[in-house]
Amino acid sequence: MKFDIRATALTAAIALTGLLPGGAAQAEEVNGLKTAASFESIESEQARSVAIFEEMAKVITHARCVNCHPVTGGPLQGENQKPHSPPIPRTEDNFGVVAMRCTTCHGEENRPFLGETGSVPGNGHWQLAPQSMGWVGLTVPEICAQLKDPERNGGRTLEEVAHHMGHDTLVGWAWAPGEGREPAPGSWEGFSELAVNWIETGAACPG
Amino acid sequence: MTAFSPTRRGFLAGGAALIIGAHLPVGNKMAAKAATGPVDLNAFVRIGEDNTVTVIVKHIEFGQGPFTGFATLVAEELDADWSQMRAEHAPADTATYQNFAFGIQGTGASTAVRNAFTQMRQAGAAARAMLVDAAAREWGVSADEITVANGVISHTGSGKTAQFGELVATASESTPPAEPKLKDPAKFKLIGKEEIRRLDSAIKTTGEAQFTLDVYRDDMLTVVVAHSPWINGKVASVDSSAALAVDGVEKVEQIPTGVAVYARNTYSALKGRDALLIDWDLSEAETRSADEQLEEVAAAARDGDGVVAETYGDLNAAFENAAQVIEAEYRLPFLAHAPLEALDGVIETRGDAAEIWMGSQMQTVDQMVTSDILGIPLENVAINTLLGGGSFGRRAQYDGQFAQELAQVAKAGGEGIYKLVWTRSDDIQGGYYRPLAVHRHRAALDETGRIIGWDNKFATESIMGGSAFEAVIQNGVDPFSIEGSIHKPYDFGAFEARWVRTDSKVPHLWWRSVGHSHTAFANEVFLDEVLQRQGKDPVQGRLELLGDKSPRDRRVLERVAEMANWQGVQGANGKAYGVALHPSYDAHFAYIAEVSEVEGEPRVHKVWVAADVGIAVNPDVVKAQIEGGLGYGLSAALFNEITFAEDGRIEQENFDTYRLLRINEMPEVEIDLAVNTEKPGGIGEAGTPPIAPAVSNAWRILKGEPVRRLPLVRV
Amino acid sequence: MTDLTINGKDVSLDVPGDTPLLWALRDNLRLTGTKFGCGVAQCGACTVMVDGMPVRSCITPVEDLEGSDVTTIEALEGPEADAVRKAWVDLDVPQCGYCQSGQIIAAATLLTEIPQPTDEDIDFAMAGNACRCATYVRIRKAIHNAAKILEA
Repeated sequence: MKFDIRATALTAAIALTGLLPGGAAQAEEVNGLKTAASFESIESEQARSVAIFEEMAKVITHARCVNCHPVTGGPLQGENQKPHSPPIPRTEDNFGVVAMRCTTCHGEENRPFLGETGSVPGNGHWQLAPQSMGWVGLTVPEICAQLKDPERNGGRTLEEVAHHMGHDTLVGWAWAPGEGREPAPGSWEGFSELAVNWIETGAACPG
Repeated sequence: MTAFSPTRRGFLAGGAALIIGAHLPVGNKMAAKAATGPVDLNAFVRIGEDNTVTVIVKHIEFGQGPFTGFATLVAEELDADWSQMRAEHAPADTATYQNFAFGIQGTGASTAVRNAFTQMRQAGAAARAMLVDAAAREWGVSADEITVANGVISHTGSGKTAQFGELVATASESTPPAEPKLKDPAKFKLIGKEEIRRLDSAIKTTGEAQFTLDVYRDDMLTVVVAHSPWINGKVASVDSSAALAVDGVEKVEQIPTGVAVYARNTYSALKGRDALLIDWDLSEAETRSADEQLEEVAAAARDGDGVVAETYGDLNAAFENAAQVIEAEYRLPFLAHAPLEALDGVIETRGDAAEIWMGSQMQTVDQMVTSDILGIPLENVAINTLLGGGSFGRRAQYDGQFAQELAQVAKAGGEGIYKLVWTRSDDIQGGYYRPLAVHRHRAALDETGRIIGWDNKFATESIMGGSAFEAVIQNGVDPFSIEGSIHKPYDFGAFEARWVRTDSKVPHLWWRSVGHSHTAFANEVFLDEVLQRQGKDPVQGRLELLGDKSPRDRRVLERVAEMANWQGVQGANGKAYGVALHPSYDAHFAYIAEVSEVEGEPRVHKVWVAADVGIAVNPDVVKAQIEGGLGYGLSAALFNEITFAEDGRIEQENFDTYRLLRINEMPEVEIDLAVNTEKPGGIGEAGTPPIAPAVSNAWRILKGEPVRRLPLVRV
Repeated sequence: MTDLTINGKDVSLDVPGDTPLLWALRDNLRLTGTKFGCGVAQCGACTVMVDGMPVRSCITPVEDLEGSDVTTIEALEGPEADAVRKAWVDLDVPQCGYCQSGQIIAAATLLTEIPQPTDEDIDFAMAGNACRCATYVRIRKAIHNAAKILEA
């Protein structure tokens, strides 16, 4: 995937820059996501902000997040981001079709299958992100620009974006996605901290 | 298990033509019951005082329509009114209810109407004669003067009339005629009439229809079995302590096929199964990947000698003299049947008797294995056949696979009542698949591009080998493995079909249309490729090859081209059109499929079907079977394959990975059914084979590259 | 213990809270019209109405239904359900019939919300209800016919 390659390359670059002044101790990573503190060694606030967003992108572009942020069509499913089964188109209210609403299957919590492995994911806010917030096929800089644009982020201020990322339990679901699903990298707390730091450092986007 | 020999002659011929005199048991079965209540006039017809006529149907109803079909045949000869007709399943009783095509009681190979067309008519005609005799005796008139129409018996001279129910008690004392006189088909009022509605539709819209899963009895335990995720894996050791700690779990027993959890309800049984810790012994298991298994079959097709299934003409000369030789190889996957109601059954054992409730498709086999495992007399095993939630071949097993497990559950559980429930993963991972098949084709062409030789060598398992039906294998050729590769409607000049028998640890089974499910695809796709490379139109090219050899096939092909307003393979709006012609089960089918590409997948918009099935007892049921058989085949052609991971674990578990055709993927279907008086063909399966090649042939046009493997959409 | 209404009757279900509604309906209440097809919300055979919305009972735990109003195929009624049933029987839609409880609940819901559905509306609304017999051609036609019955 385009994102993965980019993110990996940048991770390597950041790790390298981190090693030069501060040493390896600061390149702290939890479950595949660097902590906010590990970016402190980057002197330029702009560069630091960009680096933090690149790190956040590992979460944002993960299947747990992207699957409900498609650009066209309905939700995706699984680590390989294939179309949702049973098939669901995008609808005006982003909540499924007649006779097959999100809540036809999804509850307030994950529902483990009885008798076999896996689960139906669930959350009280379970629904598709609006089309304007679609991420599939977008580059990391494009997603970044979109997140900052109130026209395309649900009319949110940057603080509200950070709040959404850190407090909306639907976002938090990505780290407790139920049996049969790989969680997003890092932890919800770590991701939230990155988001706060990104905004504090000026919410710069990668070029 | 007890050995038995099916009547090979009947089995192979499989047609009504061979039936010599219908078997109409009377004796105690027809002894009049009390003066009130329904009366069995013979083993197939019961008439109630309320005038209802219940037809006792020897074949399981799982949607293909024997309830309606047999009731139509009986009502026709009985001159009953359709509104008084009912149907129910026959008990397990091989002598009375055998399938004349098999020699045992069972359903399959699309034989229901074909084996019982005359028998059911005779049953109706015999019952009619008894009612007429009863009327003659009660009214003191001559039987010759009595008429029957729409369920009313009349005598014009005396002005007397009666309904069936009024006369049935007297009729039960009449002697049935030795050779009941059958109607002139020109006078049929019900057979062949589109307006006849199914008997079982209403109860299937209210939740009333009783399937096996719906059987509940007091004191019944629900049982689920932990099966190996590897084919042929055996239990090495099991820790059932956590399972036994689940509230509602009564006991856990090891049985030959796995570990059975007995519980007071389904929830506890499944929780208990989830809590089992099992080590599987894989020493006998299939631990190879799907690719390794397929390569083995491909090597057999390439290098094996095999046996000749059919040959004519001088094949060597044809290839020696060929100006051009075209070759191709086609690969087909394992397929699960996946009926929506997975296998299930209820068994009650008391002393030396057992009673079973299940969607039994081979009552004789199920009865035998139960008797054998429980060590009780065969006649003490009663089977109540219930409506099946689909089958497509799965409910019939040559070894009584499911009945065996049910009996083992009862044996290990001790006297009692048990409901054995399979979950979807038990079904999808349970083996008994359509076996792998690899076809190699060679065509010899002369300098004008005409086909002068056709050579088809293919490898697949024997369907009947090692089963109770082994006797059908003659000279090393299993007719169910090779069907569709022989007796082709085309005249190739020189021809050979050669089958290389492969073996596998993965148990196989007949899958809707059996051999035809792979032969139709390979043959019709290869032919289409050859025609395309010669610059020939697929309809015209096929018609040239048909010549005068197969007039019924010629007519359906001409008809389907007419229906689709055939203009060639390329259509407007990016659509392509694929043709296939494939006769099976004494039925002749030609399809044209309209296909486009949507998000990288084939999308079939419409299929035109021209069919000739001979006499269609219920034309609307026939059309429904064509629509459904086509949809079932399309699901497989587009999406379905069972695969094995590198370590041999089965990779599919449920419908998220074994993808079913859904309504948004179902094409419009336009059917033209020929009207004629040819003997009835089988209709439950014949609609399936042509859809895979028809769609594949259009897909090749769209993609510009040959289709050599199914399914078309691979994960 | 979960208190809810099923087919118009007050019911107290004394089952573990994570028991799927499907098995409580079948095993405890013997309402067998609701079918088990996949157990993982892929096939729709287990569809029931909960508070007026179709729900897959195989993955809905009873504990989520405190105070809810559940209707199964046995008690599904109203003009849409009547029209759907009539259209189904007139066209002989069912083959094996095992999925049809779910199909009928979905179709009646569709007609309640979209009285004159297009083929596309039908395909979207019914795509979650798989039919292994592939009765889809007739389901589509029967829904159109039911819409005509309702219009008349």
